[in-house]
Amino acid sequence: MRGILREPLGALGLTLVAVVVLSAIFAGVLTSYAPSKISPTERFASPSLLHLLGTDHLGRDLFTRVLYGGRIALMIALGATLASLVVGVVLGLIAGYGPRWLDNIMLLVFDAVKSFPTVMLALTLVTLFGPSLYAVVLVVMLVNVPGYARIIRTQTLVLKSAEHVMAARSMGASATRILGIHILPNIIGPILILVSMDVPVVVAIEAGMSFLGLGVRPPTPSWGAILNDGFANIRDSYWIVIAGGLPIVLTTLGFTFLGETLRDLFDPRLKRRS
Amino acid sequence: MFRYALKRLGLGAVIITVALMMLFAMVYLIPGDPASVALGPRATPAMIADLRARMGLDQPIWRQFLHFYGSVLRGDLGTEVLSNRPVFDVVMEQLPFTLILVLGGISWSVALGIPLGCIAAVRRGGFVDRVIGVMSVAMIAVPSFVVAIYSLLVFAVALQWLPAIGAGEPGNLSSRLLHLILPSLAVGLGWIGYISRMVRASMLETLEASHIRTARAFGLPERRIIYTYALRIAVLPTITLLGVGIGQMLSSSVFAEIVFARPGIGKLVYEAISTRNYPIVSGAVLVTTVFFVLVNVAADILVGTLDPRVRASFN
Amino acid sequence: MTVLDVRNLSVDFQTEGGRLEALKQVSFTVPANRSVGVVGESGCGKSTLINAVLGLLADNGEITSGEIVFEGGKDLARLDADSMRALRGQRIATVFQDPMGALNPVLSVGRQMRDIQYRSGLSKRDKDARSVAMLRKVRIPDPESRLAQFPHEFSGGMKQRIAIAMALMMEPALLIADEPTTALDATLEVATIELLKDLQRDIGCSVLFISHHLGVIAELCDEMIVMYAGEVVESGTTREIFHDARHPYTQRLLACDPARLSHRVPRLPTIAGTLPDLRHRPPGCVFQPRCDRADTQCLTVPPRASLGGSHSARCWHAEVPLAEVTA
Repeated sequence: MRGILREPLGALGLTLVAVVVLSAIFAGVLTSYAPSKISPTERFASPSLLHLLGTDHLGRDLFTRVLYGGRIALMIALGATLASLVVGVVLGLIAGYGPRWLDNIMLLVFDAVKSFPTVMLALTLVTLFGPSLYAVVLVVMLVNVPGYARIIRTQTLVLKSAEHVMAARSMGASATRILGIHILPNIIGPILILVSMDVPVVVAIEAGMSFLGLGVRPPTPSWGAILNDGFANIRDSYWIVIAGGLPIVLTTLGFTFLGETLRDLFDPRLKRRS
Repeated sequence: MFRYALKRLGLGAVIITVALMMLFAMVYLIPGDPASVALGPRATPAMIADLRARMGLDQPIWRQFLHFYGSVLRGDLGTEVLSNRPVFDVVMEQLPFTLILVLGGISWSVALGIPLGCIAAVRRGGFVDRVIGVMSVAMIAVPSFVVAIYSLLVFAVALQWLPAIGAGEPGNLSSRLLHLILPSLAVGLGWIGYISRMVRASMLETLEASHIRTARAFGLPERRIIYTYALRIAVLPTITLLGVGIGQMLSSSVFAEIVFARPGIGKLVYEAISTRNYPIVSGAVLVTTVFFVLVNVAADILVGTLDPRVRASFN
Repeated sequence: MTVLDVRNLSVDFQTEGGRLEALKQVSFTVPANRSVGVVGESGCGKSTLINAVLGLLADNGEITSGEIVFEGGKDLARLDADSMRALRGQRIATVFQDPMGALNPVLSVGRQMRDIQYRSGLSKRDKDARSVAMLRKVRIPDPESRLAQFPHEFSGGMKQRIAIAMALMMEPALLIADEPTTALDATLEVATIELLKDLQRDIGCSVLFISHHLGVIAELCDEMIVMYAGEVVESGTTREIFHDARHPYTQRLLACDPARLSHRVPRLPTIAGTLPDLRHRPPGCVFQPRCDRADTQCLTVPPRASLGGSHSARCWHAEVPLAEVTA
C-alpha cells in the first residue's frame, strides 16, 4: 500500500478508484434525488447548485444518475471479471492438463473466438439474445476468457512436469486434487494482476454497449446510456455528454494507473508482456 | 519463406472455418426458426415449411453447415430481404468506408506513436519519458467512443473547426480527408499509446545491441544510429502488433461511424440490428472476421519479409 | 612519432554500491606503425580503456584524471562529443569481439559499408567501389554480389573479416582490436591474425590489440602492457615481457598459459584468488592480496621500477626472474 502511494501515478489511480467506488456505495447518501425520477419541468437544466451536473431530456438529475450508474458499472465489472476468471481458469487447466488433442482443439477455438472483433461479437450476440445486462457479461467473457485460459494453460503445462506434481501423481493423487492443490495456487497470483488490469476494459465494454443501446436497458442508470441521451442532444445540452463521459474517463484511468503500478510493484517480469 | 507463408495461411483458413462454425451455430441454431423469422408473423405453416425446405433447414445439421460453408466460399452470403440484393454486395459497398477509417487510425497511431516511442527511449528515465509514458497509458485506457464523442463536442460542435457528420462529398478529396480527421483520431488514439510503448521498449533493447556500439565506434551521427540503425529493428514487433490492432480498430470504427454518422460496416450492422435484418448482420460479421484473420496472417508474413533474420530462419 | 599517448588515466563508475575505480593511473604509448597488446583477465579494465579512448564511456562513467593524447595534439579525454565523433571511424577505428552481433542485422553489408563513408563526399558508386576493393583485400570471395547480402548470410569468420574491412576502409591512424579472434576457432584465429598483420603493413596504421590470449599477443604485437584490476602492472616490448617478466602477476599469467607449460599437467593451473572489489581497493599494491611474495612493504603503493629500456614493472619485488616461477 505504501509502495502504491509512493508512485505519483499509483497514488492518483488509487484516489480515483476510491472516489468512484465510494461514491457508488454511498450514492444514496450523496444525493437526495432518485435516479429515475422524471421531472418534466426541469428538462435540459444546465449545471447549477441544485443539479450539479445538470439534468437530461427527461429532467432527471445527472449527478444522481452518474452515481447510480457507477454501481451498475462496478457491479458488472466485478461480476463479469470474476465469471471470466473462473471460466478461464477451468478451461485453461483442462487444456493444460488434459490430453493433447483436446488442448489443440481448445487452442483453435480460443484463436477463433479472438478473431471476431469485439464489437462485432457484441452486435451478433445482441441480435440473437436481445439487449440485456447478461449480454454484456457474455461479451466480456468471450473477450476475456481466451486470453486467461491461454495463460493458465501455459503455466499448467510448465508445472505439470514439475517435481512436486510428478511426486503427487506417482502417489496416485486424482487430477482434480493435483490441479486444485498443487497447480492452481502456484499460478493464480500473476493472473490476478492481469485480470485486475482488465477492469477498465470491462467498464468500457459495458459503457460502450449501453451507449449503443445494446446493454443495460433504460431507465436503469448507466454511464453509456447517459452518453447516448446526451449524444442525441449534443448541440444544445453539451453537459449531458460531459456527465456521461467523465466518469468513464476517470474510472478507466484510475483503474489503469493503479493496475500499472501494482504490476510494476509485484511482478516486474509482466512488464515485458504488454 | 514460401512454406512459412503457406503454413500461416493454412492456419488462418482453419481459424476462419472454426469461426464460421461458431457463427453458423449462433445464427442458425440458437434463435427461433429462421424461416418463420424471415417470413414474419403472418406466414402460414405451409409457407414456412416451403421456405424451410428451400433454405435446407430440413437437412441434418452437418449438411446445413457444409452448404453454408460452400456458399460462403463462393461469396454467397444470402439475400437482403428488403432490397432483394445479395448480402455480399451490400457489405462490400460499405467495406471501403470502414477500411479507410481504420487506415486513418493506423496512420495516426504510426505517425505519432513511433516518434513518441523513440523520443521516450532516447530520453529514458527523464521528465519527457515519464510524460510520454503517462500519456500513452492514458490514451490506451480511455475508450474510443468517449474520445469520439468528446472530440465531436470540442472540435465540431464548440470550435466548429471540423465537420461533424458523414464521410464528405464523393470525389472531393479534401472534403473526404477533413471528414476523416476526427473519426480516425478516435479510432487510432489508443494505438498511439500502444505503439509508443512498444517502440520505446524494443528501442531500448535494440540500443543495447553490440551492432549499435559498432555504429557509434564508426562515428555515425546519433540521429542516423537511432532513426535508421536502431529504429528499423525496433519497429518490427510493432507490425505484428498492428495486426491485432486492426481488429480493435474495426471495433472502434463501429462507434466512430455511429457518432460521426459515417457510412461503413459498423453503421450497417448497427442499423441492421434495429431492423432485425439478420442476413446483413451475419454477413457483415463474417466479412470483417475473415478480413481480420487475413490481416493478421499478412502482418506475420510481412514481418518475415522485412526482417532478414526471420527470413533466414524460414529457409 | 606517437599515435596514442595515455597519461595517468583514471576512470570512475558511479554504481549502486558506490564509486568504482575502473582505471587507476594508466599510462602507456602506442608509437606509429607499431602494435601494442593489452593483456589481462576479464574485468581488468580493458573494455573501459577502449571506451575511454573512443569517448564511448557509459553514462555513469567519468574520466577523473589524466590525458589521452592522440597524434601528438588532441586530448581525447577533454574533446567535445562532435569532434570525438569525427575521429571515430575516421582516424580511430574499432573491431569488436562479437562478429555475430557487430553488424546491423537488417541492413545489407553494402549499405553499412557505404554509411561509414558518409564523410568522404564520394558518389554512391565510388563508395561501393571502395567497399568492394576493401572486401577483396580481406579475401571475401565475389565481393560485388555480396554487397547486397545481409550479415546472417555470412559465416562468423567472414563477418569478422568484413568488420576488419570496415574498420580499415577509412585508413585510420589507430586500429583498436577488442579481442577480435576470441569468438573464432583456432584455424580462423591464425588466418585473422595474419590478415591483420598484412593489412597493418599495407595501410601503415598502429594497432591497439586487446586480448586475454597471450599467444595471439606474442604473434602480433611489438609491445605490450599487462593490466590488473584497472592498473598497468608491467609494460615493455613483447620480447622483454615474454622472456623476462618481473611482476608476479605477469609471471603467474605466463606460467598458467597452456601453450607455455613444459610438461603435461592433469589440470590447467590458474592464479589463486579473485580480482579485488574495485569499490574497495586493497591498500598498497593492488595484487598484494593474491601475491605469494607479499610482505609489509607491499602495503604501500609500489613505484614503477624501471628494468632497462622501456621495460618497467610496478612491484617492490621486481628482482625475481621468470625462470624461478612455476605454475
